[in-house]
Amino acid sequence: MSRTLHGVAAALAVLLASSTAAFAQDPSGKLVVVTSFPKDLTSAFQQAFQKAYPKVTLEVLNRNTNAGVKYLQETASNNGTDLFWASAPDAFEVLKGANLLQAYKPKVEGIPEKVGAYPINDPEGMYAGFAASGYGIMWNSRYMKANDLPAPKEWSDLAKPVYYDHVAISAPSRSGTTHLTIETILQGEGWEKGWRTNKEIAGNYRTITERSFGVPDGVNSGSFGIGIVIDFFALSSQASGFPVEFVYPTVTTIVPANIGIVKNAPNKAAAETFVDFILSPEGQEVLLQPAIRRLPVNPATYAKAPADYPNPFKDTSLGSQVNFDVEVSQARYNVVDALFDQLITFQLDGLKAATRAIHQADAALAKKPNDKAKALLAEARDLVAAMPVTAQEAADPQLAGAFTVERKSATDAVPERQAQVEQKWAAFAKDNYAAARKKAEEALALAR
Amino acid sequence: MTSLALTRESIARVRPGPAVAAVLIALFLLLFLVVPVVQVIFVAFQDKTTGAFTLINFADFFRNDLFMRSFWNSFYVSAMSVVVASALALPLAYLTTRFEFRGAVLIQSLGIIPLIMPPFIGAVAMQLLFGRNGTVNLLLRDHFGITIPFMEGLNGVIFVQSIHYFPFILINLSASLKNIDRAMEESAQNLGCHGFRLFRRIVFPLAMPGYVAGASLVFIKVFDDLGTPLLLNVNDMLAPQAYLRISSIGIADPMGYVISVVLIVCSLLALWVSALAMKGKDYATVQRGGGGLARRRMKPLELVAAYAVVLLILVLVLAPHIGLTLLSFATIWSFSPFPDAFTMKHYGTVFLESGQYITNTLLYASLAALLDVVIGTAIAYLVLRSKLPGRQWLDYIAMAALAVPGVVLGIGYLRSFYDVPMPFTGQPLSGFWLILVFALAIRRLPYALRACTAALQQVSNSLEEAAENLGATKLRTISRVVVPLMSGGILAGFVTSFATAAVELSATIMLVHSQSDAPLAYGLYVYMQSAAGRGPGAALGVFAVVIVGLGTYLSHVIIERGRRERGQDH
Repeated sequence: MSRTLHGVAAALAVLLASSTAAFAQDPSGKLVVVTSFPKDLTSAFQQAFQKAYPKVTLEVLNRNTNAGVKYLQETASNNGTDLFWASAPDAFEVLKGANLLQAYKPKVEGIPEKVGAYPINDPEGMYAGFAASGYGIMWNSRYMKANDLPAPKEWSDLAKPVYYDHVAISAPSRSGTTHLTIETILQGEGWEKGWRTNKEIAGNYRTITERSFGVPDGVNSGSFGIGIVIDFFALSSQASGFPVEFVYPTVTTIVPANIGIVKNAPNKAAAETFVDFILSPEGQEVLLQPAIRRLPVNPATYAKAPADYPNPFKDTSLGSQVNFDVEVSQARYNVVDALFDQLITFQLDGLKAATRAIHQADAALAKKPNDKAKALLAEARDLVAAMPVTAQEAADPQLAGAFTVERKSATDAVPERQAQVEQKWAAFAKDNYAAARKKAEEALALAR
Repeated sequence: MTSLALTRESIARVRPGPAVAAVLIALFLLLFLVVPVVQVIFVAFQDKTTGAFTLINFADFFRNDLFMRSFWNSFYVSAMSVVVASALALPLAYLTTRFEFRGAVLIQSLGIIPLIMPPFIGAVAMQLLFGRNGTVNLLLRDHFGITIPFMEGLNGVIFVQSIHYFPFILINLSASLKNIDRAMEESAQNLGCHGFRLFRRIVFPLAMPGYVAGASLVFIKVFDDLGTPLLLNVNDMLAPQAYLRISSIGIADPMGYVISVVLIVCSLLALWVSALAMKGKDYATVQRGGGGLARRRMKPLELVAAYAVVLLILVLVLAPHIGLTLLSFATIWSFSPFPDAFTMKHYGTVFLESGQYITNTLLYASLAALLDVVIGTAIAYLVLRSKLPGRQWLDYIAMAALAVPGVVLGIGYLRSFYDVPMPFTGQPLSGFWLILVFALAIRRLPYALRACTAALQQVSNSLEEAAENLGATKLRTISRVVVPLMSGGILAGFVTSFATAAVELSATIMLVHSQSDAPLAYGLYVYMQSAAGRGPGAALGVFAVVIVGLGTYLSHVIIERGRRERGQDH
């Protein structure tokens, strides 16, 4: 039934459009977009695009980023997809590496080279940024009030004892955007210090969600109080009426969300039109809708934004602190994910137990100082923060080789299998956390 | 007995029927289950660097703390879910089949409804009601200053899973209980056996095939289920570990596939154990007087207690639906026992857009369920009543589908059928909607098969022999005697397959090629991924439950009527 309605609407629109000669060389036919974006975003663009180009039928296929990449890889031999549309730049890198994208230079003008410290477009033109997003902290104000918690400002705030068991994040191995958050902290503070921060925050985690969407969802419903999220999750929740708030910490990265034309796209002309459309002023304005709330890449569009809308082109403090190095990130991508999983995600109970003991000893020491206990506590903290690999080792292609299937040649020996490496790291973390907990408990006993 | 078996064997040798059926089924399973899955799990046996055959990946699995922990967690959760699910199902099944109890049909239909809830949505609703800051705990904290950790860690998984899957036991057990001969119970009563002893010594043992069928399904299903632990963020279990490995980009290691193999092997083991438990026992009863039911009248006090128990269980199992309904009418529901305000807006949003999803779902799920009961009955018959060599393997292979993660099957289908063009249109075969039906049918076949097997186990051989002695052909015997007697089990199989296929997500999400072919579960998934609120998703979920519930109820009514009419013919 809805098909018939659509059909009638489309026919009417075609009639209207054909009355103006300007639409003569318009693209037509079916345009297939594979995307990880929520319906709120895609249907808004769908409506706007369909209005401007009534002859094109836009077909949106929703898959999460990883499944989308897998799908394009599996179907490449007889490709039926025109566009890939998702946030995580690294997913596009994977597709680019697999030679599954097609270069296109958008015709739209007025879009700067960079947003924050990040280039908006792929230098080889394989994909283009159409919106920007930053990372930050979101919280539920009812939850905070009920639990008497102060509002956090910086990443390091989240490591404070008061937030124990209240924070959530999604696993970086599951969410491209969270991976960027973790990598941003690592690049902003350095490998050792950055991991220390990450693990101190992790000690306060309530949960580590499997999908990035699980974090705003949990904060919205109040199942946990604070979440580490990409900005638009928080901004659109807020605009939709949820009692949530959001802040960008100083160390954040503003990165573009992208679109790319798939190699051998069945409807290349329409695909190019769509890319140009979403970069055009009317396309960019769609991003300002309450249920979407992403940052346009066209600086002119901010003139139409509501008051208090974050503007990375004007507010230069956003994302400027970190000079995000894509190459560094790329070299250790899988290693960082695997480290997070093995040291944090799958050892969360041990890590939390150690963190709790440290918090308790710390509180006791504040009341009754004791040098020996203080030293013990410092040791415990170092045990938690310790890393099984250095920054240099993490970037070593040999180690990274354990996490990829592609070998350059058959003689490229991979020293260890991934499962072996992971088991080693997991055992390292487990032992360290247990030892840290013991030391913290000793410190607590001394401070009593 | 021996001479009978011999004649039966010689008949089977003369008639090509069973052999042809077996070959056709084997081909179907090979094409749509074995080949696609082998395409994927092949990786588990490959050395990553040389590509040679190896078992080193399995050694890695057993040496890894995380995997072993996940293994034990999965085992523990599955076993506990069977226990809790049995506690929910036993009273409902027993009260509604053995006593005069008003609303028994309604209760049995309600008992199916949990299956209609897509697990990933059920977990969301359960979090809202029973989570740390859910309705129940917020109220408890406000009024009594306590909270109950229903949903913490593995407990949460067990809680959600038992509520979601207990109908497997309920349906199979009810079908079994209905099939028990009244004479058995009456003889026992005449000999002075009453109450719980009667249940424990006579009724329950006779209903064992149904209970074991249901319990083994619950065990395997929970062992393999992905959606619930993922949504509750419990990832140290086997299925989530496999999924996390297989579906992340960049990390292309064989361990995900190793875990898939382990999952499949464990499921087969569980089935084998349940088959051993049933071995050498005869559960068939010959007499079929008036449906075999002996409904007792309860004393008033018993009746009150029974209603209390049933109501309590019903409220519990319907909790996800209550939560979903509340959510679908809610404006904002955040850290409060109940939503801030109510609205009809979400229904308006989905009403115009969901027609296609609903018709697609009804079409796919009913075709898949039909395919399942046909194949299920055929396999059950071949295994139990024919002497074909290797027939047991049809059962094993079909059951293995239970343990194949949906993602694995989805990827396998893409790999196997994507390069096969369709006749005439030239579009890839994997993009044709019928492929979705096959994927759903394969994933749901085990449910139908277990139900059909249990039903056939209760039909005595001698009834068939009698029909044949009176001159009926084999085909006529099957269609006029065996299948009608199995209809309760077949209905159970159809209903479970249909209801669960209608909400299946993991395989379909990989295979949906166009919006116009997409089923409900895909729509639900899309609607639920919105930071702007899950109201529209919940509204679509309520639509799904109502429509699939109606479909289930209708098929129930139709098949029941058929049964009754045939009953009068005799």
